[in-house]
Amino acid sequence: MTSDIAAILGIDGIATGAIYILVAIGTVLIFTVTRVIFIPFGDIAAFTALTLAALDMGQVPGTIGLVAVLACIAATMEVFGLVRRQEFRKIPIALLYYLVLPLLIVLAVWALIPLAPPLPVRIAMALILIMPISPLLDRIVFRPVADGSVLLLLIISVALHFALVGLGLLFFGPEGVRTEPLTSMSIDIGGIMISGQNILILVAAIAFSGGLLLFFDFTLIGKALRATAINRTGARLMGIRPTRAGTVAYLLGSLMAGVSGVLIAPVNTIFYDSGFLLGLKAFVGAIIGGLASYPGTALGALFVGVLESFASFYNSAFKDVIVFSLLIPILLWRSFTVIHSEEESEE
Amino acid sequence: MKQSQIYLIATAAVLCVAGAPFVLSAFSLTLLNFIGIYSLVAIGLVLVTGVTGIVSFGQAAFVGIAAYATAWATALNGYSPWLGLLLGVVLTCSVAGLLGLLTLRLKGHFLSLSTIAWGLAISYLFGNVPWLGQHNGISSVPPISIGSFKLMESWQIYYLIWAFVVAAVILAYNLLNSRVGRAMRTLRGGDTLVESLGIDAFRIKLISFIVAALPAAVSGWLYAHLSRFVSPAPFEAGMSIEYLMMAMIGGHGSIIGAIVGAAFVTLMKNSIQDYLPLLVKGASGQLEIVAFAALFILFLQRARQGVVPYVRKYLPRPIPVTPPKAAELSRRTQPAPGTVLLDASQAERRFGGLVAVNQVSFDVRSGEILGLIGPNGAGKTTMFNLLTGALKLSAGDIAFAGKSVTDRRQYQIAQSGVARTFQHVKLRPNMTLIENVMLGTYPRTKTGFFRGAFRLNTDEEASAFHEALFQLRRVGLGDKPYELAGNLSLGSQRVLEIARALAADPILLVLDEPAAGLRRQEKQQLAELLRSLRSENLTILLVEHDMEFVMGLVDRIVVMDFGSKICEGVPKDVRNDARVQEAYLGAVA
Repeated sequence: MTSDIAAILGIDGIATGAIYILVAIGTVLIFTVTRVIFIPFGDIAAFTALTLAALDMGQVPGTIGLVAVLACIAATMEVFGLVRRQEFRKIPIALLYYLVLPLLIVLAVWALIPLAPPLPVRIAMALILIMPISPLLDRIVFRPVADGSVLLLLIISVALHFALVGLGLLFFGPEGVRTEPLTSMSIDIGGIMISGQNILILVAAIAFSGGLLLFFDFTLIGKALRATAINRTGARLMGIRPTRAGTVAYLLGSLMAGVSGVLIAPVNTIFYDSGFLLGLKAFVGAIIGGLASYPGTALGALFVGVLESFASFYNSAFKDVIVFSLLIPILLWRSFTVIHSEEESEE
Repeated sequence: MKQSQIYLIATAAVLCVAGAPFVLSAFSLTLLNFIGIYSLVAIGLVLVTGVTGIVSFGQAAFVGIAAYATAWATALNGYSPWLGLLLGVVLTCSVAGLLGLLTLRLKGHFLSLSTIAWGLAISYLFGNVPWLGQHNGISSVPPISIGSFKLMESWQIYYLIWAFVVAAVILAYNLLNSRVGRAMRTLRGGDTLVESLGIDAFRIKLISFIVAALPAAVSGWLYAHLSRFVSPAPFEAGMSIEYLMMAMIGGHGSIIGAIVGAAFVTLMKNSIQDYLPLLVKGASGQLEIVAFAALFILFLQRARQGVVPYVRKYLPRPIPVTPPKAAELSRRTQPAPGTVLLDASQAERRFGGLVAVNQVSFDVRSGEILGLIGPNGAGKTTMFNLLTGALKLSAGDIAFAGKSVTDRRQYQIAQSGVARTFQHVKLRPNMTLIENVMLGTYPRTKTGFFRGAFRLNTDEEASAFHEALFQLRRVGLGDKPYELAGNLSLGSQRVLEIARALAADPILLVLDEPAAGLRRQEKQQLAELLRSLRSENLTILLVEHDMEFVMGLVDRIVVMDFGSKICEGVPKDVRNDARVQEAYLGAVA
């Protein structure tokens, strides 16, 4: 291998890693706030790419139907719960959040499609359309068992991923998409061409993770999220609702996953089921960060990206085998460095 | 239900299975074949996930290893399918053993995540190795033949499949009710509990893991020769989730539940395939997965207990059979009274900057009751955990019976004769009193996995039973040995823990606040019991808050405050010690 090839592979790997960073940070955010290991984030990213592709072609994306269906289910569950607890006064608010707001987004996007808006607007439309999905899934799937063990939540999360893959095929169809490049320029640094797309990916990853850090440090909601992550009961005693913190975390995580979907769509062909590998590899990065540390997660995700890039150069058929086999030594190392409280498993 | 009635029902069930090919259509028989094949995997999963609590997302990969092994041996190399079975089982169990050695020290969700990792890695391997046919798989796998007789028809292999299922059920049932099985059932109570009983938790986990891979391997072998073709698809992550679903729907830790779950999932899948296209026009196969996953999530949200435990509530409980009298388990000779049994010298434990136990030295002499007391936060519990090996020393040394135990694991210390109880009672609420106490006999008995599964252990089992019964009577709980431990009051649960500790035939009994939560009369009975144990030369170390209880009972007292020992002596001297009074009551102004 010449140094040129190494440099190209390295840059490619860093760009891939940067995409994983966005998804991985979302995963860590959700895990610390809600204890859910949210495997379906990769699916959210893939769905964003598919949505953007449909918008590019002036078609109605399947996401519209998906959000509408999920909103109806979530609203029904919420209203049923409130009626059973006889809290009738809260019903209008619940309907506003779980039904009207998502449907408004759906309607707005739907109305904008025939106007053929420019690319930045289409990206914004795709992102805003994707954001309600995970909070709604949280309401439907995880909130009824919010106090369950991490393991139970993990099993549910894996099952949810399979449901989403099926829904993806139903709403988006089996065709793969590749969106138009966001930029066609490229820079020559020391004889190596770096595409503008890769630079954009890196800039977006830095901007969004930096933005998240600022959000944590300088806003009240951000501090509430951190408090919930550190101690749920303690946060509750301070008047922070874990469910609301969870919703905010899901919204933010979806935004990050959505951005990564937008960035990856011009580089890779995305199918309805492409999210699984994307999500899992990001997840390997998140585990390198111990599912707790954001800088560790970012480094881990970058490492996975670079490793994958080099692995696919040497033996492309086995790159996934290599990445997932790598998880075992990482888990071992993590398991020994994290101090566990003795937690009895569920009876 | 009597034992004979249970045998009758079991025989009837086996006869039904045997008679099925005579009445059922070919299609139903094919379904039953698949139910049988899936049941085998699910039985393994019930053992590893339902019983021991290790959630495995990778079981389909084990099925795949065996299926590919036999396909490679028979279709590509022309060996007999029976050699394929041998190769499949050996290979699968070796891989399981290797993965287990690597990953089973992981805790909780980390362990389950690792199963996702290797499950995926193995299934990608199938699709990419050139000599395993890559994504095309291996076709023309020959049928299984017995002698020159080939099992070509669906009903012929049916008997083979269900013979394996019946055997797996019986072996698994035997195993769960044996010495190793009881240890497996205890793993959910946490490693500290298991190790405190002298059981090597890691070893039991490894055994469970390999045992669960065994029926999965047989299932893979049957699958390959039933479909006569292997490809990567049936061994991917999605299938692992279905297996997990079978094991969980049937019921938490229930062997029969595995078959119920496999039947439920297979039939449901079949009917979804039939009816979904009628409900939704043009529904593709993917909607199946959605419906499936949705139902599974709903099940996990609403009815986690599973089908069989739910049904069992309405059935009469089996009447247990008391085993015949058997030879007593051998007993240790207690050391001569007055010799130093436990010797802590300059014991120290730091948590980061906090020194929880600071250079504490004391000894426990054979035949005495020593009380370890101190105000809240004095470091008593940390000291306790250091003595029993639950925590490691930062500095200093602890010796038991003349040998340093500083570097020994917790279960090794327990095996050498230290039995303990817990401040927060750690019992297995779903096991009977007698089973809980029999756990204590683990280090004194030696039936292994094979002898347990094939029930070659009846003598030792009977001895352990009677030892447990004797200890139950000794503490006053002998009248209802088959009650579930979870149904006892807190006071009785504490006493049950003491019975379990006594069943280990300990040299040193270490009790963590045994009087907490006990009524006055119960406390007096407990004190009486401890005195009688002392009269039999048993040594007791007691960590306690209740001064009245301690002062009237113990021979000597060690007082700790802020991590250091401040006083040691007979109760009267300790009571009059100025430092002790200051620690408990504050300094005189």
